[in-house]
Amino acid sequence: MHSTIETTLDGNEAVAYIAYRINEVCAIYPITPSSTMAELADQWAAEGKTNIWGNVPLVVEMQSEGGAAGAVHGALQTGALTTTFTASQGLLLMIPNMYKIAGELTPTVFHVAARSLAAQGLSIFGDHSDVAAVRPTGFAQLASGSVQEAHDMAALAQAASLESRIPFVHFFDGFRTSHEVNKLTLIPDQTLRALIDPVRVREHRARALNPDNPFIRGTAQNPDVYFQGRETVNPFYARLPEIVQSQFDKFAGLSGRQYRLFDYFGDPQAERVAVVMGSGALTLRETVAFLCRRGEKVGVVQTRLALPFSAPHFLAALPPSVRAIAVLDRLKLPGAMGEPLYTDVVTALAESGSPVRVIGGRYGLSSKEFTPAMAKAVLDELARPQPKNHFTVGIRDDVSHTSLDYDERFEIEPEDVVRALFFGLGADGTVGANKNSIKIIGESTPLYAQGYFVYDSKKSGSRTVSHVRFGPRPIESPYLIRSAGFIGCHQFNFVEKIDVLEHSRPGAVFLLNSPYGPDTVWDHLPRPVQERIIAQNIAFYVIDASKVAAESGMGGRTNTIMQTCFFALSGVLPREEAIERIKTSIRKTYGKKGEDVVKMNFAAVDHTLAHLYRVEVPARATSRLEMPPPVPPEAPDFVQRVTAAMMAGAGDTLPVSALPVDGTYPSGTTRWEKRNIADTVPVWEPDICIQCGNCSFVCPHSVIRAKFYPESRLAGAPAGFKSAPINARGFPETRYTLQVYVEDCTGCGLCVEVCPVRSPREAGVKAINMRPKAPVLEQERSSIPFFERLPVNDRSRVDFSSVRGAQFLEPLFEFSGACAGCGETPYVRLLSQLFGDRLLVANATGCSSIYGGNLPTTPWSKNAEGRGPAWSNSLFEDNAEFGLGFRLSADKHLALARQRLKELGPRLPAGLADDILNAPQRAESEIRRQRQRVATLKSALRDIDCEAARDLLSVADHLVRRSIWIVGGDGWAYDIGSAGLDHVLASGRDVNVLVLDTEVYSNTGGQMSKSTPLGAVTKFAAAGKPVAKKDLALQAIAYGNVYVARIAMGANPQQTLLALREAEAYPGPSLVLAYSHCIAHGIDMRQGLKQQDLAAASGHWPLLRYNPALRRADRNPFVLDSPRPRIKLKDYAMNELRYKMLAHSRPAESERLMALAQQVVDQKWETYEEMASRSGAHFHPDASLKTQ
Amino acid sequence: MDLSTNYMGLSLKHPVVASASPLSESLHGIRRLEDGGVAAVVLFSLFEEQIQQENEVFSRLLTAGSESFAESLSYFPATTAHHAGPDRYLELIRRAVEAVDIPVIASLNCVSDEGWIDYARQIEQAGAHGLELNIYGIETDPTISGGEIEQRYVNSLTAVKSAVHIPVALKLSPYFSAMAHMAVRLERAGADALVLFNRFYQPDVDVERLDLHPSLELSSPSEIRLPLLWIALLHGKLRLSLGATTGVAGAGEVVKYLLAGADAVMTASALLRHGPSYAAVLVKGLEHWMDAHGFASVTLLKGIMGHDRIANPAAYERANYLKVLDSYQMPPV
Repeated sequence: MHSTIETTLDGNEAVAYIAYRINEVCAIYPITPSSTMAELADQWAAEGKTNIWGNVPLVVEMQSEGGAAGAVHGALQTGALTTTFTASQGLLLMIPNMYKIAGELTPTVFHVAARSLAAQGLSIFGDHSDVAAVRPTGFAQLASGSVQEAHDMAALAQAASLESRIPFVHFFDGFRTSHEVNKLTLIPDQTLRALIDPVRVREHRARALNPDNPFIRGTAQNPDVYFQGRETVNPFYARLPEIVQSQFDKFAGLSGRQYRLFDYFGDPQAERVAVVMGSGALTLRETVAFLCRRGEKVGVVQTRLALPFSAPHFLAALPPSVRAIAVLDRLKLPGAMGEPLYTDVVTALAESGSPVRVIGGRYGLSSKEFTPAMAKAVLDELARPQPKNHFTVGIRDDVSHTSLDYDERFEIEPEDVVRALFFGLGADGTVGANKNSIKIIGESTPLYAQGYFVYDSKKSGSRTVSHVRFGPRPIESPYLIRSAGFIGCHQFNFVEKIDVLEHSRPGAVFLLNSPYGPDTVWDHLPRPVQERIIAQNIAFYVIDASKVAAESGMGGRTNTIMQTCFFALSGVLPREEAIERIKTSIRKTYGKKGEDVVKMNFAAVDHTLAHLYRVEVPARATSRLEMPPPVPPEAPDFVQRVTAAMMAGAGDTLPVSALPVDGTYPSGTTRWEKRNIADTVPVWEPDICIQCGNCSFVCPHSVIRAKFYPESRLAGAPAGFKSAPINARGFPETRYTLQVYVEDCTGCGLCVEVCPVRSPREAGVKAINMRPKAPVLEQERSSIPFFERLPVNDRSRVDFSSVRGAQFLEPLFEFSGACAGCGETPYVRLLSQLFGDRLLVANATGCSSIYGGNLPTTPWSKNAEGRGPAWSNSLFEDNAEFGLGFRLSADKHLALARQRLKELGPRLPAGLADDILNAPQRAESEIRRQRQRVATLKSALRDIDCEAARDLLSVADHLVRRSIWIVGGDGWAYDIGSAGLDHVLASGRDVNVLVLDTEVYSNTGGQMSKSTPLGAVTKFAAAGKPVAKKDLALQAIAYGNVYVARIAMGANPQQTLLALREAEAYPGPSLVLAYSHCIAHGIDMRQGLKQQDLAAASGHWPLLRYNPALRRADRNPFVLDSPRPRIKLKDYAMNELRYKMLAHSRPAESERLMALAQQVVDQKWETYEEMASRSGAHFHPDASLKTQ
Repeated sequence: MDLSTNYMGLSLKHPVVASASPLSESLHGIRRLEDGGVAAVVLFSLFEEQIQQENEVFSRLLTAGSESFAESLSYFPATTAHHAGPDRYLELIRRAVEAVDIPVIASLNCVSDEGWIDYARQIEQAGAHGLELNIYGIETDPTISGGEIEQRYVNSLTAVKSAVHIPVALKLSPYFSAMAHMAVRLERAGADALVLFNRFYQPDVDVERLDLHPSLELSSPSEIRLPLLWIALLHGKLRLSLGATTGVAGAGEVVKYLLAGADAVMTASALLRHGPSYAAVLVKGLEHWMDAHGFASVTLLKGIMGHDRIANPAAYERANYLKVLDSYQMPPV
């Protein structure tokens, strides 16, 4: 055996480590939860790390997974050892190439962090839907159940693929394995070299396309030979199981870890056996071992080579005593006889003539927990005389009654494993500290450690729960901790909102970060928390970590302090040893940042123990505080029954009947979730405010609203309700109020930055200022309901054309979970204000689909009339086409409505049909009048009993002009959806495209897109992007009939408003590119709008509009809205970490790239300036507008 | 004509030196300074606090939003994202020393003893020919006495001198109660040169926005007086070199400083105002003056107007002040 190294990694890194070391080429594309593998490969390549062949693999990002698969195919066909990493929809996009690669018997391994497929809803979480969908392609499938297995199987799949010529999908469970941190033994290079036969590598190269030895591959075949050709590969597949097993055996000799195609665990005389693959197998293995110790005759077959399914090996793995088998699949095939593993097992048994009873069931879809209790329920089911077939486990199915009951209290975890739960905020470093603890224990002691981290569905103020285990043996428990001996709550307010002690075990330690000391904290706990502490005899400790941090010079960083408390209280290591190891780790982490930083952290560690107190727990609960309900009683029924459960973290308990059958959810549910995530909120100063509307215009979370109203409406206003005389002529006795929805605010401060007013009396005071929330909370809680009762301003009386006017338009996109200070959502909110009551949105997958549509609560809302944006997300790659489909329906049904209206005209009130058919619908007042006409029409139609009337009634809404918007980020518009977008723009149809351009894949964590500017550092461009950003505006302008605008709210809000309105009014395709500052730029988000301004001022983002309607009037359609660049590119760029990183790490390269980038800016400006000075005749004529 | 001078143990071909400024922030800028004709370049200052702060900002921005949302657990590549500490600065020294023939003097401002020692050592290892300690601070703590501040200067210098072998200069503020005494103390502590004087950030008030207006104006010739005075006063009393800085607008100021006793005359403002090639203009002007006044070498003219050399030393002292007051003419009302 070769010498080995033990380390702690997550599943993605464990796999990428192998894939990178073996391959020569990686074609990559980001998709959750596999992105990390690609990121690491790119990073290692940028760092010059070599593979086992002594060279640095080529890592190339493609425009989509389809593109990645194509590149993989090409590289394989020309002889390179090539791999890729993907999941879910990404794997689906690879299908066509997978058929080709397999059909050509080409060895490769696709590493898949298996994930759900988008069906009734998207899910980023793990199951086997994706890998099941590629079963017909001809790829073999090898499944891993743990981080160690994923590491090992990554190598074994490659070895077997080269040996057999059959390509492999190697998969492991998304998140559960890909993101679990665990201790593992690394495969040394020596072992990898022994596994990967260089002869096979050379054979692979010898089969490559080569003009020195030419042949053709990829012919078109006809009925005479295609069929036979398909059958030629059978011997290769027939040999594969033995090849894989022989690789397993060889590996056992090299590593000591023995695997089998079907690994049996359990009693040799087992009568009841489960068959499963992936991480669920480990849960079953643990459960079976536990039950066997109790004398039960049970076992589990862990399937490793899922495809081809080797019946002989499977049958041989079963104990001869088996009487009943339960097969568990982690996916659903609606309408099928059973899921794939089940049907394979049934077929294998049937073909062998076995009489063993088999049942199949589904578990764990979308990372649904699969616990020992559920595993036991499955095995128990087999003991029943008539076990339920096609069951589900882990949910309550009260519709089809498929689900098995299970006893949640069933626990099997051994006493000597320390189990700890930590509740923190994403921003407070809790997860990072826990990962660090796992590293400390896993890498410097003989103990084993495991960590799994659960995040909530919001990008701002998100809560994290860390599930951490430490123990003397390898930890293979792929499920959340249900009974913790240690619970750390790192934010005091959590105890008032969520049941942090739900999973405490008797005698557990509870550590609370509390501003209240040991003598007073008890009175600040809600009654249920007190009761739980008493009932479970919990040892309760408090520390004021914020205070200790401040006193140690750590500012607000409490993670080291809470980590020290954990080690002091948990007993994982002797206290002194633990402290020493923390300090060693601090030196390692912060050493480069200077001795002061190290000393500061040391001081924090030392102060911690002096401020850690045990609380004397009284004998009785005394608190009158109750946990507040998740939603107020006035919330609608669905929100009360379903949404509230999800919000409270009890979504797992919802039965099947509670959920919509087709993924349809009500609009406007964020308003019921008062998240209270900001400590400081904007406070309005009515006396100095000039009512310009800038603050509400830029507010990313729609928490700043304005109304004007007659002074008389102030009667009954609560004390302290703020109001000022309206600052406009022609509005006598009219008041103005700017209301801040403080409980929904994220505290980003953009409003303050954009406020142009400074108090003439008080230095540094503006008309809106960030202030602590606590003192104003009660006031605003009473002011907001009154404000909401004030009438929404009449849209026909509001000046849409000015920022000042736009503040009075009701936002129908509110309180999203986007990052605090998001640069995208102000545009989205503005769309909803301008066109919301007739708006259809096709939303590409990405940040905007997540903050726009991620459950439990969603921000797209409706107005008092019940109208609002109708929103949907199809996929990432197809959004332009999806939105065009909206247009086609609208056109078709408008035409139908008009046709029926003409037919029915004589039976309708006089003139109504003509009025409707000929109504102009550009101005808001015109649309309002048309809406009234259509209401009259619908009312009249209900009294007409004929098919045509009923037909018209079903499409009459289309007679009010719809505003169709296709919204997405640059990853979609520039990359994966580029071809579709191009086609839709070329279609001439009246669709509006809003590209929220962050110049990076934001949602998946900052990977390069073709919008990323030259010189910026991103994932997949760790060495700085060497190519300039694609000019999508010029591409679209080239069509001649596309309205194009480039906008940046922070540079010119008025131009933003104008462009969106022009785009919408233009009766052809429109493309609006909106600069969206982003957390992935590495900026203080509060400076986001300033950066937008600098982007425009430097010429990086020149504002422009191209309006084909002007071309028709022989005017120049190209308007450059930005003045000449007034600053150098670097004066904008170097405020952002994405540029600065390179300046720090490779200054010469940064200087070179920035000089080139400046050239690009200069040249582009020259082009624009020249275009702006042409006459209209010099632009393409627009044939599609001949009728206008 | 011999323009050469010796400054802090470095032989310079003439006395005009580029003081710390944005011009020396890049290799390109340093090359331009050499091409422009300076005899040596003092690099822009490395601030320990700035490094600490930059690290803090880097770390904050690098991790902002991380570990919060399952799809985006980080936003930047985990690669060696940032060379913490003075690496960039050191790299600039290394490249500058290779690229130019003139002496390269690093400039350092620290807040801790560890910082002074650690960074000075690294600067020496990077190849700098000399080190200027830019001790800059506005002490706002009312409990700190002048004596403590003076001791801090001495301590910092002692720490650096114990760590490096390259010559060390101190760039001082003019605000010492006993400048002459302080100068002597610093010489005893090992200073190889004093640079007189540092200019301080003095914010203005924006009366419209009720805000501070942070700007640093380029120096003007009228500001030459204070350093000129002290160079003249210290000349002959110390063995170390004297560097003059502030207020150099043309060759006239160069000549004045040399006459007062400076071994090197530094300017940033003139080079920023007119471009690096203005150094050659200054040198040419010095040559013209020397030619016109019959000086064959800089050594001959250095310090002839020093306090120790002039016939009436009191002219630099209180008597001169009284004379100035007497000569002041009230403007017509």
